[in-house]
Amino acid sequence: MTKLGAIRKSLGLTLLAGEDAPEPDVAGAYCGDMLSDVMANARKGDLWITIQVHMNIIPVAVMKELAAVVIANGRRPEPEVLAKARQERVPLLGSPLTSFQIACRLHEAGVKR
Amino acid sequence: MRLFRADLHIHTCLSPCAELDMTPRTVVREALRARLDIIAVCDHNSGENVPAVRRLAKAAGMAAIPGMEITSREEVHVLALFEHARQLEAMQRQVYAHLPDRERAEAPGQQLVVNEQDEVVRFNRKLLPGAVSLSLEDTIDRIHSLDGIAIASHIDREAFGIIGQLGFIPPGLPLDALEIAFGDPSVAGATSLPIVTSSDAHQPDLVGSKFTSFYMEAPSFREIRNALAGRGGRRASL
Repeated sequence: MTKLGAIRKSLGLTLLAGEDAPEPDVAGAYCGDMLSDVMANARKGDLWITIQVHMNIIPVAVMKELAAVVIANGRRPEPEVLAKARQERVPLLGSPLTSFQIACRLHEAGVKR
Repeated sequence: MRLFRADLHIHTCLSPCAELDMTPRTVVREALRARLDIIAVCDHNSGENVPAVRRLAKAAGMAAIPGMEITSREEVHVLALFEHARQLEAMQRQVYAHLPDRERAEAPGQQLVVNEQDEVVRFNRKLLPGAVSLSLEDTIDRIHSLDGIAIASHIDREAFGIIGQLGFIPPGLPLDALEIAFGDPSVAGATSLPIVTSSDAHQPDLVGSKFTSFYMEAPSFREIRNALAGRGGRRASL
């Protein structure tokens, strides 16, 4: 298990929302932009890497008990999505890197599942 | 009132994924063969073959509703139907302004704009299969601002369907109807939205292979809207 805070630092992720969310353990990671696929295959405690910024990412993250959502490619969710993330206490992070680059760095940071 | 057979989602040779012989004349001929009363040609992010189809349909005594199939930022397909050509043209201007700003790399040979004699007028070089930079919500708002109807395409297809892309239909999304491809309306879950079905034909023999029966006064855009809203005993049924 790696703490989210440590991952944020080592990957240089920007905190977009969820400042006051509890700092969860990151058990693994999942990449996906089709939310039906993420609902089917992501596991509890995963860090979810996606370029999808639609509002539905927040209920999916809550439903699947994901550790956090990382938005790749520098995409920016709308303010309503950020507000929903705060309300649901889902840490929402951003990075200018691609999903692949983020996944590689996560692996280097010790996330192997 | 009576039943009208409507296939509201047909592609032409302007869609790069459709067969080249899906010309306006072929589409209308096949629609007559399938005994359709109403058609809508909905090409990807463009309505440029609608004028030829409408002129041919009118001459054949068939109603043709102006439409297009928009790919939202989330890669969700949405059908946009309008009463008048000018509304579709306005929608098209907005869609073109939000398409990726580059042309197709391949040589021409697809995305044909065709007139009512089936003559190729020109090749459309835009990246029509791409996603526009408008959110699904914004896309629907813009359709409604132009007094159009917004229908989520093939919600039971994984690729480009709203449920495949977004996991579930966002609550409160102001769609006018849901389109299913495979005949089982239960995929829509608990929804009060009307369900329609269409061929989504990309080849001639599939035009009219699926259609929605509208019980209403006349084969018109306004009557379709009334039927989707269930006004005055009108209805849409599979």
